[in-house]
Amino acid sequence: MAIFINKDSKVIVQGMTGAEGTKHTKRMLASGTTIVGGVNPRKAGEKVDFDGTVLPVFGTVAEAMEATGADVTVIFVPPAFAKAAVIEAIDAGIGLAVVITEGIPVHDTAAFWAHAVATGNKTRIIGPNCPGLISPGQSNAGIIPANISGPGKIGLVSKSGTLTYQMMYELRDFGFSTAIGIGGDPIIGTTHIDALKAFQEDPETEAIVMIGEIGGDAEERAAAYIKDNVTKPVVGYVAGFTAPEGKTMGHAGAIVSGSAGTAQAKKEALEAAGVKVGKTPSETAALMREIMSSIG
Amino acid sequence: MDLYEYQAKDLFAAHDVPVLPGDVASTPAEAKAIAERFGQTVVVKAQVKTGGRGKAGGVKLAETPDETEAKAEAILGLDIKGHVVHRVLVTPASDIAEEYYFSFLLDRANRTFLAMASVEGGMDIEEVAATKPEALAKVPVDAAKGVDLAKAQEIVAAAKFPAEVADQVAEVIVKLWDTFVSEDATLVEVNPLVRDPEGKIVALDGKVTLDDNASFRHPAHADLVDKQTEDPLEAKAKAKDLNYVKLDGQVGIIGNGAGLVMSTLDVVAYAGEKHKGVKPANFLDIGGGASAEVMANGLDIILGDPDVRSVFVNVFGGITACDAVANGIVKALEMLGDEASKPLVVRLDGNNVEEGRRILAEANHPLVTVVDTMDNAADKAAELAAAGV
Repeated sequence: MAIFINKDSKVIVQGMTGAEGTKHTKRMLASGTTIVGGVNPRKAGEKVDFDGTVLPVFGTVAEAMEATGADVTVIFVPPAFAKAAVIEAIDAGIGLAVVITEGIPVHDTAAFWAHAVATGNKTRIIGPNCPGLISPGQSNAGIIPANISGPGKIGLVSKSGTLTYQMMYELRDFGFSTAIGIGGDPIIGTTHIDALKAFQEDPETEAIVMIGEIGGDAEERAAAYIKDNVTKPVVGYVAGFTAPEGKTMGHAGAIVSGSAGTAQAKKEALEAAGVKVGKTPSETAALMREIMSSIG
Repeated sequence: MDLYEYQAKDLFAAHDVPVLPGDVASTPAEAKAIAERFGQTVVVKAQVKTGGRGKAGGVKLAETPDETEAKAEAILGLDIKGHVVHRVLVTPASDIAEEYYFSFLLDRANRTFLAMASVEGGMDIEEVAATKPEALAKVPVDAAKGVDLAKAQEIVAAAKFPAEVADQVAEVIVKLWDTFVSEDATLVEVNPLVRDPEGKIVALDGKVTLDDNASFRHPAHADLVDKQTEDPLEAKAKAKDLNYVKLDGQVGIIGNGAGLVMSTLDVVAYAGEKHKGVKPANFLDIGGGASAEVMANGLDIILGDPDVRSVFVNVFGGITACDAVANGIVKALEMLGDEASKPLVVRLDGNNVEEGRRILAEANHPLVTVVDTMDNAADKAAELAAAGV
């Protein structure tokens, strides 16, 4: 079944006519995603040709949903307008909003998250500052390259985009039910725990790779969740063992402050929950290989 | 971006949070002149972006302008936990009746903001949290609703502020919230928040962290960047829009994506254990587009680090095509000419990798070694760096 998106997902793109939106709409279409339209209030009513697939542009998310039955939106709008775009998607009641945009002020993310909570959490938010998610062979909502790996029985959740790609590549002979990049910002919608819960419940996922990085305590909380709730085998990796204190490593959320947020603490918490943790991406992949081979 | 105390207090003052007057000096003579102006006992405070400066001798009382000069002389240039003091804040000494603690910060776990308050201020708040958790009130703040007077009073009650200051503290909390929101801060901390003998509430110290992602709507924040202590290579990288952090090793690192680059640092550090203990020299994420220009800028910055002995380019072509990266490397080496003098180990995988490897093989540049996996490439880069140490 995969998690969050599958072959029945109908996807719209907010910011489809921008440079990033155009490029990735083409890529999503090429990987078999059912894209039904885009949203741009200034270009409402126009049609855009993506290498032979002609898609309508709607003025609002609500209009797009009404006309197409869309249940997923992928958001590429620039940081200054992202908050309004996500709030619009929430107000339209769409089931899943994937926020690719990088560089959104954290007060804006906190505001749209608070809005989602206040309106009853009807919209699952993934991101911001994330590569989105792919259920190989079914649907691809975001910027994860579709040709790295095909479908399979491993579920993958990661803060980082390129580490998602790297791990999919290492394990491409097994394949993935869904691979999801949840983003490296201090405040994100869908967390490791949300993805772990969904993978645990997904009958097609047999084992889970969880990739974390320095900063915050999301991995520690995920470890506690795994201990009590996840019976499927989980393999972990944490990036940033050698990161010094007080330096932000690329992601706004990736910073070691005092004793908090170190990779070592995260590794220990995961291992205490029975998760096998690799020192490097290749070692992590090897641990997963052993598990998949024993499952057969 | 973390601010200095004096910058934090300037922001506080701009939002009507009560602070003491004060001025910044970068020489003992300037400090003396400020003390003369105040004409009373002053406190000379080291301006560093780290805690524990009092214990390190960075905060001193001075009764006269001459003493102020001497104290400033002693504090300027002091190394406090790796931070050299370039400026001191000179501020009138004040009598303190009581010390409190207050902060607004991000609550990552609950995806909202948090107010923390305690009537046990002045000391390390982490210590209060560890030893007397009941003395530290933590009140979640709904990002959509914010902090009005009623919410501020709720925080004041939760922290059990004395009745005689409760209203005043609540008003200050509303103004601190205004600072937190309108400046796009991720941390606003006042420790201590004091009651003076006249019963007035004053923010005696201040710590503010601003959200770099919000700089597009705060042009004035650019003036708060401290060019003096900024690492010159980091400043150069920032000017070219590159995400670079200087570290203290010998293997220069270029990669795409924050997570992969962090992982590359780790893999190189592990490999270094077998090669004279060499370590990564930097973090550099070139992001999605690896054009020749971006690659040249990245290499230029890394090769400008005199400690670098070898460079490891680690790219997984997701959106980026490996042939574009390979062309970028070849052209970057042409552009840099003789300035490129250190060996380069390149690992490419993903989108169009065969073409990328073919381009590098064809160019056959004497400095470039192509290695097929991340682990082997890290080992090679560490080995080359160790040979050059």
